[in-house]
Amino acid sequence: MKGLVLDNLRRDQLTDAISKGRRLDGRGMSEYRKLEIRPGIIPKAEGSARVKLGDTEVMAGVKIEHGKPFPDTPDQGVLIINAEVLPLASEYAEPGPPDEDAIELARVVDRGIRESKMVDVNKLVIVPGKEVYLMYVDISVISTGGNLFDASSYAVVAALINTKFKILKQEENGSVTPTGETSELPIVDLPVSITAVKIKKGIILDPDVEEESINDGRLTVAYDQEGNLCAIQKGQASGLKVEEIMEMVKMGKEKVPEIREMIRGALEKNG
Amino acid sequence: MMNLIDEGGKRLDGRSFDQLRPFSMQAGLLKSASGSAYIEQGGNKILVGVYGPRDSRSRYGTNQDKAVLRCRYHMLPFSTEERKSPQPSRREIEISKVIRDALEPALLLEEFPRSVIDIYIEVLQSDGGSRGASITAASIALADAGIPMKDLVSAVAVGKVNGHLVLDLSDTEDKEGEVDLPIAVMLNSGLITLMQMDGKLSEDEFRQAIDLAMGGAKELREAQRKALVQKYFKEVDS
Repeated sequence: MKGLVLDNLRRDQLTDAISKGRRLDGRGMSEYRKLEIRPGIIPKAEGSARVKLGDTEVMAGVKIEHGKPFPDTPDQGVLIINAEVLPLASEYAEPGPPDEDAIELARVVDRGIRESKMVDVNKLVIVPGKEVYLMYVDISVISTGGNLFDASSYAVVAALINTKFKILKQEENGSVTPTGETSELPIVDLPVSITAVKIKKGIILDPDVEEESINDGRLTVAYDQEGNLCAIQKGQASGLKVEEIMEMVKMGKEKVPEIREMIRGALEKNG
Repeated sequence: MMNLIDEGGKRLDGRSFDQLRPFSMQAGLLKSASGSAYIEQGGNKILVGVYGPRDSRSRYGTNQDKAVLRCRYHMLPFSTEERKSPQPSRREIEISKVIRDALEPALLLEEFPRSVIDIYIEVLQSDGGSRGASITAASIALADAGIPMKDLVSAVAVGKVNGHLVLDLSDTEDKEGEVDLPIAVMLNSGLITLMQMDGKLSEDEFRQAIDLAMGGAKELREAQRKALVQKYFKEVDS
């Protein structure tokens, strides 16, 4: 809303604070908003979680089905991640098929999970080349309060760890039936997504909706348990200098252990 | 893991680690477009047409303060090993968005309020690194359209194959390798306008990979410049 005096004043105030190393809500530059993770909120889903990160709220649900593997990965289970910004999530959201932002969101979260090799898909095979487990993960955004990438990623990670599914076997007549036993997913890593934005010359983590609206460049990085970078997405129509990118990576890497512990803690408490 | 590097330290197509695939670029070959470009890089064959700045036909999606940039990255159904459905895939929708974001910082869109600029990218044949080649070519097409720009945008992917950082991934290296890291940069200011990554790198490797990409971008930028010179200053230059 360029031109509104109050909006311009607010913008100046925001950028001024950040240039002095402060944020208007009192957070430090690397500080996340209050993060709440509640796994298992939808009992009918094999796995689920709700994440609140400040005013942002996201649910993720996992449904496990079975079917044919992809032809190029005949001996691996299948992971499919979709995202939808529900029409009640903000005044700008509308019903309809996912727009480019929702598609980007799903694909960025997907890359972080997939490239970290969080779920050992080699173990999700019923009959090699023929029947594998299909993991459908759906992200439903309930409230857009900034930093959807990280909130959605935490929700998906928590939902996958929370998942319990029926073990299936193939009968002699070819049909696939439950053995009566259940299992957790073969989880071997716990990736953490960290989003940084640049505002003028300052770099902050976990932007809220106002900070996001005036950002001069965004970088989302997923880190695996060994501290490697395993997926990156730069966002926003703007440029970042190499030093700024390296600073974002450094701040992110330092933040990861704290977030990972919060995800683990939430799962132990509620799981 | 597939063997992608031979004992002599050469890649499957005989390149060294820091070598681009053969490439060629051409500016201004479409008659009705405001600007256009064609690029070949490895097996990529990509045609880009730019229309605009022109009046926006719809009331929606216009901006009172600057031109709206739109971009469609599209693969022809016969451009791939297996036929690609003509409907836009999720991958194409995401790539269209990140390419638009990679090009916009180079353009002075404020000069054309209430208008739109359309970038149509048609991948006639696809190989590894098609988004990078698309950005490199689109940048030439935008310049060819006479749109004021701060700089050209040059793009290339780096990756890791068999533990080695390499420049400008081929299709096989992209599919069989460990990491794909496409980068677009405006070399005058050193601003990176596109960065994505799949696969694992340590912080040190990541830093080295960026340097490798910068070297490749410099070579590509020289070719972009030459393509424009070819069209506009042929007599003077030769």
